Amino acid sequence: MHTLYNRALGGRSGTVGLALLCVLLFLIFPLALDNFRLNMMSKYLSYAFVAIGLVLCWGNGGILSLGQGLFWGFGGYCMAAFLKLEAARNIAAESGSDQIRALTTVGLPDFMDWNQITSLPYIWYPFKSFSLTILLVFVVPTLLAYIIGTAMFRRRVGGVYFALITQALCWIMEISFVTRQGWTGGINGITDLRTCLGWDIRTKSAQIILYFLTCGLLIGCILIGRFILSSKLGRILVAMRDGEDRVRFSGYSVSKLKTFIFCVAAAMSALGGALFALNVGFMSPKLVTIEPSIYMVIFCAVGGRNSLIGAVYGAILVSYGKTYFSEMFPNLWYFLMGGVFILVTRFFPDGLAGAVDYLGPMLGRKLFSWIGRAQANFPAAVVPIPVEANEGR
Amino acid sequence: MIAELEIKNLTVSFDGFKAVDDLTFSVEHEELRVVIGPNGAGKTTLLDLICGKTRPTGGSIRFKGRELSRMQENSIVRQGVGRKFQTPSVYPKLTVFENLEISFPRGRGVWGSLFFKQSEDVRERIREVARDTYLSDHLHTSAEHLSHGQKQWLEIGMVLIADPKLMLLDEPVAGMSVRERQQTADLLQRICRGRSVVVIEHDMNFVKQIAHKVTVMHQGKMLVEGSMDEIQANEKVREVYLGH
Repeated sequence: MHTLYNRALGGRSGTVGLALLCVLLFLIFPLALDNFRLNMMSKYLSYAFVAIGLVLCWGNGGILSLGQGLFWGFGGYCMAAFLKLEAARNIAAESGSDQIRALTTVGLPDFMDWNQITSLPYIWYPFKSFSLTILLVFVVPTLLAYIIGTAMFRRRVGGVYFALITQALCWIMEISFVTRQGWTGGINGITDLRTCLGWDIRTKSAQIILYFLTCGLLIGCILIGRFILSSKLGRILVAMRDGEDRVRFSGYSVSKLKTFIFCVAAAMSALGGALFALNVGFMSPKLVTIEPSIYMVIFCAVGGRNSLIGAVYGAILVSYGKTYFSEMFPNLWYFLMGGVFILVTRFFPDGLAGAVDYLGPMLGRKLFSWIGRAQANFPAAVVPIPVEANEGR
Repeated sequence: MIAELEIKNLTVSFDGFKAVDDLTFSVEHEELRVVIGPNGAGKTTLLDLICGKTRPTGGSIRFKGRELSRMQENSIVRQGVGRKFQTPSVYPKLTVFENLEISFPRGRGVWGSLFFKQSEDVRERIREVARDTYLSDHLHTSAEHLSHGQKQWLEIGMVLIADPKLMLLDEPVAGMSVRERQQTADLLQRICRGRSVVVIEHDMNFVKQIAHKVTVMHQGKMLVEGSMDEIQANEKVREVYLGH
């Protein structure tokens, strides 16, 4: 129990940070935001999954991937494919008219019709089943990450080269999804998603439930991340970031460890993508290409690339900033966003989490000295401030 | 007596330049061998070849009868070969304790390290190695705040904790004070019980103190091999060191 407290929750300070985030996500946002804004928040949070993955593989493992949109996208497309098939079946059932039946192939997604595809492509077959879809949401991106990871890390491809390759892969995904219109919906993506297992995901109540589902899974990912980082594996990741050769000559297979953490990051991203499809109701290649992938890295950098919780705040703030600036200053917003990034990286290289770590104790000391002065007037009430021992982990 | 480490006709060439050229030498059990030679003689390359950092162009490296030259680096480590690098490579952001913990030879796989339990025997072993390497008082110091000499000790400790049967130490006393050198000499005397050690060193006084046998390398080849007195009396060695 005690180890669980220390490892998953991260001791006292970790628990406080997590509790604050929970209060914000489960209490303040649902109460303060209207339905439209809450749904926007679900969308932002679905990006936070990627940011958490990046904290693991980039912040701690030193593997910078500029192509996380790839995994996020595969997760999202898998989920969207399932929802689209269900929507298509429902449309076929609702439309009693023979005219529609004559014009379309019953039960086939609309975009396939437009592309003269008359029977369901084989790769769409697994998405008829919900449980298989959930499995594929994780398996497809993780397997892809495994293949990329094994191929790259075995050959000791790292740093900037790895980042460029992941970016290229992202672009390849966009191009192939746009060009295989009949299978993927092309540039429009997969749109008009309606129900999930008969449950209408477009209603207000469904969006609220999905918001809470997203929050819950996000907290789950943070806990998994904490568990990994507090294990010996977490320390090896940091060690690898700072001295890969030494780790290798301590008897570890660096490529296997890197591949593992890259796969974990991919699986988390994929979960985010799947939730995006549920929350927002569509999936498009423009969401998975280079630009969004770079945004995902920026979320992580602004939040603090070493902090799992910081990454969530980063994703929320940057996404919110994007929305806010583009609503308020439609002509200027790119510059304003750029300005924010420059300021954050200039003054807080460790992101917001770094700023909190730096300013927090300072404010804390001020507060304590103020309390100390107040208590000095009543010497009997002086309570020694306990110093937390941090022996071993 | 069968040698622990046997190197035969070992050659490596980088674009035609032979850094190690047809080298044959062997190290026995519990032997502390020092390799000396002028800059560019191929000493560090020799250690790189043994531990798998560099792949040989030809020849063989056998350790306890097993061929190392085609193994992965981490497999070579698991055969019992430990390497300390020339510039101390420790993990700066981790404490001495964590540095040693990572080097502890258990939980080296992905899942093993994820569910690795820091049991009392692990902690005891870490404390023991820290004591041996004079770092007991710094267990919870971040490695980046150690002095240069202490970093050297830490890296020796990190190799030592895995209990290797062959230790390869590249300039272990570089940048150390006289007192630290003495302590390191004591440490090496203790270390070589139960294992073989190969040390590269430039400091002749230090070499004299520790070496059982000395190998002199020159231009990728072995020049002479023998006790320190023999080496110092050798004409060829004088020529190599002083002639240039």
